[in-house]
This record gives sequence, structure tokens and C-alpha cells, in this order.
Amino acid sequence: MNTMNTMNTVSTLTPDVTLEQAGTALLDDPQPFDPLDYSREPPPGYNLPILPHHVSPGRLERVLRAGRFAVTTEIAPPDSADPEEVYERARVFEGCVDAMNATDGSGAHCHMSSVGMCSLLTRKGYAMVMQVSCRDRNRIAIQGDVLGAAAMGVANIMCLSGDGVQSGDHPEAKPVFDLDCMSALNIVRMMRDESRFLSGRKLTSPPHVFLGAAANPFAPPYDYRPLRLAKKIEAGAQFVQTQYCYDVPMFRRYMEQVRELGLHEKVFILVGVGPLASARTAEWIRSNVAGVHIPDSVIARLKGAQNPKQEGIRLCVDIINEVKEIEGVHGVHIMAYRQEQSVPEIVERSGVLGGRVPWHPGLVKP
Amino acid sequence: MYRMRRWSARHAAALHHLYDQVERGLAKIFPRLQQAGLPKTEKVILWVEKPLKQFLFDSQSCGQCTLGSTGMSCPMNCPKTLRNGPCGGVRPGGKCEVKPEMDCVWVVAWEGTRHLKPEQRALHIVQPPLDARLKGRSAWLRAAAQRAMQQKPGVQP
Repeated sequence: MNTMNTMNTVSTLTPDVTLEQAGTALLDDPQPFDPLDYSREPPPGYNLPILPHHVSPGRLERVLRAGRFAVTTEIAPPDSADPEEVYERARVFEGCVDAMNATDGSGAHCHMSSVGMCSLLTRKGYAMVMQVSCRDRNRIAIQGDVLGAAAMGVANIMCLSGDGVQSGDHPEAKPVFDLDCMSALNIVRMMRDESRFLSGRKLTSPPHVFLGAAANPFAPPYDYRPLRLAKKIEAGAQFVQTQYCYDVPMFRRYMEQVRELGLHEKVFILVGVGPLASARTAEWIRSNVAGVHIPDSVIARLKGAQNPKQEGIRLCVDIINEVKEIEGVHGVHIMAYRQEQSVPEIVERSGVLGGRVPWHPGLVKP
Repeated sequence: MYRMRRWSARHAAALHHLYDQVERGLAKIFPRLQQAGLPKTEKVILWVEKPLKQFLFDSQSCGQCTLGSTGMSCPMNCPKTLRNGPCGGVRPGGKCEVKPEMDCVWVVAWEGTRHLKPEQRALHIVQPPLDARLKGRSAWLRAAAQRAMQQKPGVQP
């Protein structure tokens, strides 16, 4: 019991810089921190101490600020009330990812909530990115969920506008969109840095979360997209995860503009990648999933392959290896919906971790 | 009207000027509007404002006009009512994710913005979330009140 009390004290340690300073001082951490050293961590379920210049107790922020190439993935919430199904899905990614995004009704389909997913998985010690979509909840619900999630140990929150309800299994639902991703980011940052709700009412303890956003360099208006990223940074984004990247030259052009604006020094950019199962799947995604751009050359490559599934994985590995060399790219976000089993292989074959083993339950023996 | 909406974005510069003049004019006579009684004047202003904005911009009467900062393309026509820029679902060719037959209002806004002078462009400003209580109220009168307050801090809207 005594050790537990000590851990609680550790978890409320405040950094020796103000949160505003920490928010702006991104890459200039004077003391390099070894994110591989998990041996001094409190037991799973207890928050890590917040390091100087950090805003969250999370491992994702630690890995990124230490200048390591980060790998995140997406965990699809089950259509089930059984926690074992959640744990099973998380086990697939063990030892190959730094954090998992719990999606919030992705594609406007009903699944287990992201708060529920994060609550279960943070208890086990996993680093979670809780996705918050503005489609289903108003400002009262979102702010409440942010506090609840932070209390459950969520260290990363990603604000999204959300897919339209027409694309999901309840197209007759009322779309809420009380906030948009930008105002949601702004509000969560206000809760964290100013310790108050949007209404002005004080919080007794603010949510220490690393703030994320989405970016889609592959959707029109193309020349506005880098400016949109700048706006998200202005609103509070500290890391962004992009939409699937299948067009590297296009992404390169985007990154050129991002670097011209100096944004790569203000935000951590994780490129979205993922394996395609076949040319047919690729064509289906291209015409049915909003915002995903797949060039013809990719489809031709899959069509010409003897084993399309393996080719899809190879393509994903190739893209990772190309984008990781682009200046300003800090990691990859692997989205392998219904192909989750391939994530460890993709990470392994791309070699992006460089021998680093991200935390997973059982990594550190007590 | 959808066709007028596109026309308005193409003529963003002129409409931006007109909009500015209306607000300026209302701000100037704001003390007199106050004397006449604001609820009454709001009704009269809305009588002009609502149909005109509906005709030019397909206004949804949110009561918190951001047209001046969105290249004269009304963001409330976005099916997600996004007030801070386009979502990631914009289709190739700039069509809306939810209503594929419609141009994305933010693609139109970006075009409209380029007709404005650099100092008038405001797409980078983070817009606060909408106040649901103001729906159906006069955005012009509200803007005029704010201007009048800035000029004379004693004026109460």
C-alpha cells in the first residue's frame, strides 16, 4: 500500500517549466531522455512522472521529444461489451508500437467508445491516443470525457471533426458538430493550460494531455492544407497523424510547404500508412472512403502482383522507408484495419524502430 | 441560392467592402438604434438582412456571421458546420464528402479569399465555437454593437 501511495505522489509531479513554455519548446530538450528505460516506471495503471518541458506523463511524448522515430497504430474497438476482446486486439501490437489510437466511431459506425477502450487499456499500462470526434458529442460531453480520460491515465488526446453520419451504419442520426476539430483542440488546451472549462469554471486538477490532430495532405484545396496545419498548431496541436499516404511525391510537395512555413519545428508529424489487401480493396477504398487518395500506379502494382496481400505489405514498407527520410517526419501511424496481424511484420521489415522495443506488458519483469 | 453562392465568392472583394460599409454605417447610428429600442430595430434589420443573405450566400442565420473571414462563403452550408476550414473528406475536384453534388464550402472559401486583399484574409484565425442561442438573431446588429463598443467603451449592446 505504501508503494502505491508513493506512486500517486510521483504521478502528480509538476514539470519545472510552465505549460506554455513546454508547449512552444518542442525539440530543444536539453537533457536527452532515454525512452527505452522503462525499468524505473511505476507499475502499469499508474501515471509516469511528467518530465521537464513535457505536458503529459505519456510515453508517446517522451519518445517524440527524445528525437526517436515513433510508431503508432490504430486499434479498432470491438462491437462487444467483453473486455477480453479489447485486450486481445491490443496484444497483436505488443512491442512494436509506441501508442495506440482508440478510434471514436470511425467511419460513423457504432463500436465500443474510445473512452471505454482507453479506460481498459490504460489499466494495463498501454499508451493510448484517445480520439475525440465532434460528430457525436457537444461541448459539455467532450469536456467531461477529456477529464474522465485523463483521470484514467490517457496521456494523448486527438481531436477530429469526424466522418459524416451518411457514411456509417446510422445515416439517420443527428450529426452534432457543436465544435469542430479546431475549437475542440483550443478547448482541451485551455483546460490543460488554464485549468478551466470553456465556460470559465475552474478545474481543481487539469488534464495533462499531449494534444494531437489529424491532417490530410491529399485532399483539396491542396495549397491550403499546409496553412490548415499551421492553424491546427495555433489551436493547440502538438502532434499530427496524417491520412493514408500512398502518393509519396505529393506528400513530399506538402512537406516542402510545411518546412517553408517552419511548421515541422512546431509539431511532430506522423505519416499515416497502411497495407492494402488487393487491387480490388484499393479501388473500393478509393471510391468509398472519404479523403483517401490512391494513385493508379499503386493499384497497378497490386494488380500485377502474384500475392497481392504480400505486395500490399511490401508497398507499405517501401512507403515507410521513403517517408522516414523526408525532413520533418517524426514517425509513422500504421492503420491496418482488418489486417492488424501484419503490423508487427511491417514494423519489423521496415526497421524504423532501429532495434528499439517499445513498452509492452511484461517487458519489465517486476 | 447555390449559383449565387458561387457568384458571391467570385465577387468576394466587392461584397466584403459592402459588408464592411453596412456594419460601419450601423455602428455609426448605433446610439440612435438604441434609443429606438434594440429589439424593434433588430426586427427591421432582419427584414432586410435575412432574405439578402439567404439570396447571396445561402445564409443559415446563425447570428454570428464569419463571412468576412471566409472569402464570403458561408461555412454554415458545410454539412458538418465546420467554421475553421475544410475537413479531410473533401473529394477530388473539391466536392463535398457528405453532399457530392455540392462544391465544398471551404474550397469555395479558399477561392473567395484569394480575391481579397492580403490584410483582409482571415482563414488562419481560429474561430470560436458557435453560440447556439444566437440562431435567427441579427449578425449585423451584433457586429455594429461590437464596433460601437470598441469606439466608445461605454456603449452597452
